Amino acid sequence: MAAEGKTIDALSQFALSEVAAGFANSNLYMLIAGVAISSLMVLGMRRRERVPGRLQSLAEVSYQFVHNMVDEQVGHEGRRFFPFVFTLFMFVLFGNMLGMLPYAFTFTSHIAVTFTLALVVFILVTAVAIALHGAKFFGYFLPEGAPLWLAPIIIPIEVISYLSRVVSLSVRLFANMVAGHVMLKVFATFVVLLGSLGGIGLIGAAAPLALNIALVGFEFLVAFLQAYVFAILTCIYLHDAVHLH
Amino acid sequence: MPQLDFANPLVLSQVLWMLVIFGALYVLVTKVALPPVAQVLADREAAIAADLEAARKLKEEADAALAEQERAAARARAEAQAAIREATEAAKAEAAKAQAALNARLSAELAAAEQRIAEAKAKALSAIRSIAAEAAAEATAKLTGLAPDPAAVVAAVDSALAARQEG
Repeated sequence: MAAEGKTIDALSQFALSEVAAGFANSNLYMLIAGVAISSLMVLGMRRRERVPGRLQSLAEVSYQFVHNMVDEQVGHEGRRFFPFVFTLFMFVLFGNMLGMLPYAFTFTSHIAVTFTLALVVFILVTAVAIALHGAKFFGYFLPEGAPLWLAPIIIPIEVISYLSRVVSLSVRLFANMVAGHVMLKVFATFVVLLGSLGGIGLIGAAAPLALNIALVGFEFLVAFLQAYVFAILTCIYLHDAVHLH
Repeated sequence: MPQLDFANPLVLSQVLWMLVIFGALYVLVTKVALPPVAQVLADREAAIAADLEAARKLKEEADAALAEQERAAARARAEAQAAIREATEAAKAEAAKAQAALNARLSAELAAAEQRIAEAKAKALSAIRSIAAEAAAEATAKLTGLAPDPAAVVAAVDSALAARQEG
């Protein structure tokens, strides 16, 4: 526990530990997320009722939410990317939400994880763009109508901004999840430290406790929002790849 | 920060395991999880569309039936009004006929009555003539002591009567 040594150790919650050979605790929660997503979809759709029950509604709502997102952002051509975006959104969402459980590990709080996911998106988007447009894809880096003499300046800028998608996509999710969990733990430690003082400390502990309660609600919002942002940016990149501006 | 401790071999292995888990999840989602949802949604949409279509058809039928009913009501109303008019006219004609017959009878009776009155009047007048002639002859005989010529008396009475009737 963080408060045991009377010091604030907000980062220990992110420490990787080995569950089995090479299989980290973060992988365990990825597996849990995967099983939870599959269970939701498979169990929810077991009855296939015309008037859905609760679990079926949830499965259908997730389907339609992502489906609408892909349809609106990528357009009709985006249909074949829907399973990928759905998997990505649900994986990130469940990772974020599972992280809200006490003692759970939040795998989206690892830059290596979010960077790899962003890299998967980046490689897919680039591959799609090259497959659809061939060499024309490289015209993406010199917008039409730009004077040729500006090319030496514009092309590096465009290339950097294209590459920085991976960074911004991964850092946004990673930083949001880390910041929230660090704040939660810091204020939780305050509660424990102040509470152990007794008397006035107990009264003082009420403030960080109240703050933490508010933060938990806020964190649920962030957990959903970041998964949404991750998915919708993926859709926007896919739109760019399909339509090239 | 444990996330930036890239010397830890677990950082790399968690990424490799993630690719395995994510890939498996992708396949599972694509092949197993999503098709039934799409199927259910399509089925529901088709069912709703069919229900709406059926409802639209039923409404059309109901509208047609209503229009037909209204037409029938209008026709019945027109027929009823025609019958009423016909009956009224027949009754009027009947009444007029009865009135005419009554008038004819009354005028016939009136004529008969007038004729009887005229006859009675004539009879009365002729009776008056003889009575007047007798009375005139008697009065003359009493006054003069002479028996007047009956024909002259009758002529005198007649002229007197004619004068009165004219006067």
